[in-house]
Amino acid sequence: MKLGFSQAEEAFRAEAADWLQGQMAGEFRDIKGITKLTEKPERRKEWEQQLAAHKWSCIGWPEEWGGRNATLAEQVIFAEEYARAGVPGRVNHIGVELAGPTILAFGTPEQKARFLPGIAGGTTIFCQGFSEPNAGSDLAAVRTKGRLEGGEWVVNGQKIWTSLAHISDWIFVVTRTEEGSKGPKGLTFLMMPIDQPGIEIRGIEQINGDAEFNETFFTDARCPADSLIGSVGGGWQIAMGLLAFERGVSTLGQQMAFRNELDAIIEVARANGSANDPLIRQRIAKAEIGLRLMRYGALRMLSNTDHSRIDGAALTYKIQWATWRRNLGELAMDVLGQAGEVTGNPEYEWDTLPNLFLYSRADTIYGGTNQIQRNLIAERGLGMPREPRGDL
Amino acid sequence: MHFAFTDEQAMIVETAQAFFRENASSARTRAAMANDGIDRALWDAFCAELGLSGIGIPEAVGGAGLGLVELAIIAEAAGAQVSALPMLGSLAQCAQAIAAGGSDAQRESWLPRLLSGEVIAGYAHDAGFVADGNRISGEAGFVAHGGSAQVFLASNNASAWIVPADAEGVTVTPLTTMDQTRPYARVSFQGAKGEPLADPMAASTAAHQAAFVVAAAEALGGAQEALDRTVAYAKERVQFGRPIGSFQAYKHRLADMMIEIEQARSAVYWAACAVDEGSDEAPLALHAAKSFATDTFLRCAGDMIQLHGGIGFTWEHDAHLFFKRARALQSMLGSNAWHREQVAAMILGEAA
Repeated sequence: MKLGFSQAEEAFRAEAADWLQGQMAGEFRDIKGITKLTEKPERRKEWEQQLAAHKWSCIGWPEEWGGRNATLAEQVIFAEEYARAGVPGRVNHIGVELAGPTILAFGTPEQKARFLPGIAGGTTIFCQGFSEPNAGSDLAAVRTKGRLEGGEWVVNGQKIWTSLAHISDWIFVVTRTEEGSKGPKGLTFLMMPIDQPGIEIRGIEQINGDAEFNETFFTDARCPADSLIGSVGGGWQIAMGLLAFERGVSTLGQQMAFRNELDAIIEVARANGSANDPLIRQRIAKAEIGLRLMRYGALRMLSNTDHSRIDGAALTYKIQWATWRRNLGELAMDVLGQAGEVTGNPEYEWDTLPNLFLYSRADTIYGGTNQIQRNLIAERGLGMPREPRGDL
Repeated sequence: MHFAFTDEQAMIVETAQAFFRENASSARTRAAMANDGIDRALWDAFCAELGLSGIGIPEAVGGAGLGLVELAIIAEAAGAQVSALPMLGSLAQCAQAIAAGGSDAQRESWLPRLLSGEVIAGYAHDAGFVADGNRISGEAGFVAHGGSAQVFLASNNASAWIVPADAEGVTVTPLTTMDQTRPYARVSFQGAKGEPLADPMAASTAAHQAAFVVAAAEALGGAQEALDRTVAYAKERVQFGRPIGSFQAYKHRLADMMIEIEQARSAVYWAACAVDEGSDEAPLALHAAKSFATDTFLRCAGDMIQLHGGIGFTWEHDAHLFFKRARALQSMLGSNAWHREQVAAMILGEAA
């Protein structure tokens, strides 16, 4: 058991850090420190392409698809250095972290050739069509329909909470393709081009005035018959496989972004004197400890090759970070005091810390609410009997 | 990067867990509680047969080598059964202090006897101890297993002395203690003759590091066991026609326990590793581990009582052993608010 990285890994860290910091000090300094997903999307697409041009876009992927075959440790290091340098989150994170790995794992050779170069190259931006107004955490309740008509799938229905759909090129959609099927059966996983008359996107204005989510309406939307991943009726397996990619290495980068947020709070606390308040000091210490424990928890999860032992622990990660960050948002406001209630921007645009307070209310909801997470932990991690359910 | 047990460490985990599960039974612990809080047979077997008492002590002086990660593994397994053993005072504090700060002669004289279990030592720390030559005076109020110790390691923040319990001027008053598996004694030194340690700072640092890790690891083991026993109960106990573990109000509390425990596990092994590797993070990690893991334990032990219903409040059920141990670990070695203030001072600086 050890905490540190090898010399070779530290050399890789230095190389990655140099390049990332150089970019943020140079050509891409205008996007440094952006924390909102919706800010400067066009520049950030260019950033995706810059990453790809220097082979930093998808370092864990095989070299033949534009990756570096990077080891897990290298991916961890890159994620940390990426966030440490203040580089904004990937505008194509759904493509890079979810669609790409799903296609790598389950796609045909033709599908790989068709999609992977664009994802790795930052020219094909993906979004995710899972949730529906009546199927949020209960993915098996999706009602959006797909039917095969000639050489095409025809899709009708509605998705919601589609992050960044308005700047995406493709959407992957879980559709019900078997008439009358229920639950996880009869679902098919489709890749659809967004720019078509059958797909309409409406932004959803959210608590902080931003609009990164959308409602996505499908009215006889179309994609070719071979756009499905896996098999007809086998969409549930693909969706579950995809969700497993969600708890990957990116968690480490996320923590470095949290580090920046906590540091910003510490800076304010020092400047306005609240760093002298014993109660604030206790809460800052708790936040610091929680952040470190997230990092070592993630390293433990990634280091442990005996997945039977670690799967339970990995289940706890989502609720852990989401709750930690919600508390951080509250701490930020307590440190700011009334100054946090006012923005200099008449457009209801918020600085990082007040925005953190507002935005972090989503953290405990998306990707499975804290309540759903507790069910998962109790049922899958601790073997508790399932809550009685409807059709499952 | 390999923040996971090595094969050798995994073997120690297995051995230690099996040993304590088998031997540190509730009946034996309760018998020890009615006496001086030490299960002698268990202590003898641990020291003599298991061969793990010398973890963290150099092999040259009879130890087993290895480091705080391995010590944490042992303490976690012992803590899981709320074992009635003088591990914290005798091994984590006194033996570590003598190994790190004693002269060669002191190490050769004391360590083999401490590691074999032949001698039990108590750690009596008080900043107010005063020395006149080799004679010390002062009083330490809460010496763990102090009533059973044959020797004390007395220290203030600048010096440390080895003082036999039967030396002239030493008065030991055993105290009735909430956690009966680790009863305290008040130890008074009135001009008692001590043998000074060669390097008191090294001794004190080693004792503190090991004690924080052991306390945190005991808490981790206890918290996990509190969860495991509650999970087992939740599966078998039926109310309203179904196992109580199927109710959301119940399973959400179990989930919250697990979430805390997994963080506590990261804290304990982060701290132990950081000390073993001489990392700059060690001081922060130690304060984090002691405060986080012992808070986690109290929460889990409290939930264990609640989730067992009435039986959990009885003397007959073991839940109170966990609950009392958890509170003792929170109180000892500096309050958790104090530990967090140390963290705050590290990242914020002293209050302006």
